[in-house]
Amino acid sequence: MMLTRQLNYNFLIQLFSVNFLLVLAACSPVDNDIRKNSIHDDSVIYCAEGSPETFNPQLVTSGTTIDASAKQLYDRLLAFNPEDNSLIPALAKSWHITHDGKMITFYLRKNVSFNHTDYFTPTRKLNADDVIFSFKRILDKNNPYHDVSGGKYPFFQTIKFSQLVNDVEKINDYTVRFKLNHSDSSFLSNLATDFSVILSAEYAEHLIKTKQKNLLDKRPIGTGPYKLKEFRSGSFIRFYRNPDYWAHPIKIEQLVYDITPINTGRLTKLLTKECDVISYPIAHNKIINHSDFNLDSVTSFNVGYLGFNVTKPPFDNILVRKAIAHAINFAAIIHIIYGDQAQLASSLLPENSWAHSKTKNKYQYSIPLAKSLLERAGYAQGFTMDLWAMPIQRAYNPNALKMAKLIQADLQHIGIKVKIVSYQWNTFLRRLANGEHDAVLLGWSADQADPDNFFTPLLSCAARYTGGNRTFWCNKDYDQLLAKALSTSELAIRKQYYQQALAIIDNELPLLPIAHSKRYQARIKTVKGQILPPFGGIDFSNVSKQVLENSSQDLAQKSKINILDETKIGDN
Amino acid sequence: MLMFTLRRLSLFLFTMVLLSILTFSLRYFFPGDMLINLSGEVNANAQRLNQLAIDYKIHQSIFSQYWQYLVNIYHGNFGLSMASHLPIKQEIVSLLPATIELSIMALTIAMLIGIPLGFIAAIYHQTKADNIILTFAIVGHSIPVFWLGLLIILIFSIQLAWFPSAGNLSLLFEIPQRTGFLFIDIILSDNPYKWQAFANALRHIILPASVVALAPATVFIRLARTAMMEVLETNYIQAVKTKGLSFMQIIYHHAIRNALIKMIRHIGLQFATLITFAMITEVIFSWPGIGRWLIISIGQRNYTAIQYGLLVLSVFIFVVHIITDFIYAALNPLARERNHGS
Repeated sequence: MMLTRQLNYNFLIQLFSVNFLLVLAACSPVDNDIRKNSIHDDSVIYCAEGSPETFNPQLVTSGTTIDASAKQLYDRLLAFNPEDNSLIPALAKSWHITHDGKMITFYLRKNVSFNHTDYFTPTRKLNADDVIFSFKRILDKNNPYHDVSGGKYPFFQTIKFSQLVNDVEKINDYTVRFKLNHSDSSFLSNLATDFSVILSAEYAEHLIKTKQKNLLDKRPIGTGPYKLKEFRSGSFIRFYRNPDYWAHPIKIEQLVYDITPINTGRLTKLLTKECDVISYPIAHNKIINHSDFNLDSVTSFNVGYLGFNVTKPPFDNILVRKAIAHAINFAAIIHIIYGDQAQLASSLLPENSWAHSKTKNKYQYSIPLAKSLLERAGYAQGFTMDLWAMPIQRAYNPNALKMAKLIQADLQHIGIKVKIVSYQWNTFLRRLANGEHDAVLLGWSADQADPDNFFTPLLSCAARYTGGNRTFWCNKDYDQLLAKALSTSELAIRKQYYQQALAIIDNELPLLPIAHSKRYQARIKTVKGQILPPFGGIDFSNVSKQVLENSSQDLAQKSKINILDETKIGDN
Repeated sequence: MLMFTLRRLSLFLFTMVLLSILTFSLRYFFPGDMLINLSGEVNANAQRLNQLAIDYKIHQSIFSQYWQYLVNIYHGNFGLSMASHLPIKQEIVSLLPATIELSIMALTIAMLIGIPLGFIAAIYHQTKADNIILTFAIVGHSIPVFWLGLLIILIFSIQLAWFPSAGNLSLLFEIPQRTGFLFIDIILSDNPYKWQAFANALRHIILPASVVALAPATVFIRLARTAMMEVLETNYIQAVKTKGLSFMQIIYHHAIRNALIKMIRHIGLQFATLITFAMITEVIFSWPGIGRWLIISIGQRNYTAIQYGLLVLSVFIFVVHIITDFIYAALNPLARERNHGS
């Protein structure tokens, strides 16, 4: 004890100063260097929600895979105009359709180069062979690549591509002609979707020679704005810009997908600025209120709806269906179920579809009106019904069971007793197909922007048997309108037909559209340019990064202040 | 020293045999097809399965199976990962160094903080300083590591924005893998942003290493405190005291050295605990190490990864133990003379 008192505190200070200096030296000066003239200035890190299964969008329908491949690595013959979703030239600089709509000729752009990568150096530019290879792979069962990667082309099977296209032929090096078995005006839209990418025929031949056919979809070569550098499943994807991109120069050097499946993880990485852009963010209010971040959204091409089984009484009665439409408080559903992250549906079509026109919702929330309609239908005392709620979560309906409970409460006001029914997803679908339900909460995600993709699969007579039409409603006039719409390629005329079809749905009400969900993404404000195109997927080709003049200042320090006191710094 | 070395080697050998028997027996406990669990070739066709059965000597006696198992380990033939379909060996080689880096950094932090604090507590025995340090040690020891990890991310990454929250390097830096040890790879790389990358890697390692370091640091505090108190009680310290050396001289020249030697073995023993903490911390900080990989593999029922990951990790910990034993013996002649393993 005597000893201890003799020791002065210098000893303690000496021991510690060394340790702490070591630790502190690592952090503060470093922080400044990293932001100044740093690699961050012309690179973007995107926090994605999952790993792609492949890098060829022809083979899949999964959104995550499309996001990682379609618009980054490839181009299509045509593209959608982001303003109004009409078709514009892409790899095809122009096209011509014969009068009967059965022959479509594409004139290709010259001087389009494929990606030069570590694993393949193309020797020629894009030509007709590449287009023919890309589609022959799908159409021709004898193509050496048809069965590579499983031989399944789900999107093309859904649209019956092989029944539609008779042949694809080369007219000359820059002209390709599609011969169709019958005219189909959604054909061009289908060629503009994310699935209809153009691959490199030269690369395919090269892989045949080196006996590595399976690499075609794993190590992609496309004409897109970025080229693949490295992919580690579950970890990251590294892209570099394509310096010879035909459409416009790409402003960022490096694009990295940081694969972060957990949504709190993505939010954290946004707040700490480890990611510049994140997919499907949570805590929207926090992001909106934060001066460093922007929240982007786009209405998706989907619809959540309440469908009636019109073959079962009392739902065979239009008045009953209308009464229910008036009795449900949809605004509350949007608020509670979708957390205001969806758009109240005014029709089957989302409003960014070109066939949509602004209409007022005919079925306002009104209990008295609903009651009187029910009386006219002869059900003044009400009745009991089964409402089927799908057991899984989907963007168009994040919680069908809860939605069913809200509807149950609403319908009680007009004397309808609702029993909520749910099964395991497979059983649910099977029994739905048998028509065991009275009404069902279901939805639909469109594969592409063409409006036919909503009308035909959901409500056509044929779809009663093939699966999409769970209302079992069948209307000859409606079907004729759809057929007429498909046989013309004049957008204005098609739109008229679709408006008439919408009017029929509105009158007969086989189903009640509820909501179109939105896709969200959050980004740091210095990242400029549209990333979410209105017709789905993501597209980094127009992205640039604004380098702040005071970027040598400690950005991290700024964000600290912002989180602690968001109101004080408004103009940062 | 020769006897000591032989004794350690025989211990090493026997432990390895036991360990290999244990991991070998795992194949009988995993559900599913044994061949697929062993090879990881989930999509193997009948022909391939036949070939595998021959390769693994599955239809022969259990002893030849075991021998084949040892041969495979010797050749580094660990099969394929059932999740990524990459060779397990390749995955381990790329992941283990990240865990070693994290552990070394954590061990360094734990020693730099724990040992001096422990000495101070011993020197100021039964004073306020001692009480404060002991309280810190107990609190630090009681905090669950996953909770601490989240808390630290919340404070230092999200609120203060001092350090990144995940990974070991910003993905923008493209560092080719040579040794697997990130810091060494960065220095070896010819990336123009090399030093930015180095600084970035340093920023990434500090938070997870501190989290891993906390529990061992508290153990070191208590061990160092006890060791120093024992040393201060010894006759030779009393002797130099009577010689009239100043207290500082006693501490610096006599007490610290002798107390440190007592610590070395404990540092080695702490390594197993450290790895356990590192595994959990790796999950929280998305550290691309073997611990996170192993935990994810358990979730994915990736049996090949579990079997061989476990084996490699156990061997690694054991090798560290043996090495610290040797260092201890080299520094402390007394230990070499003891007959039994303690």
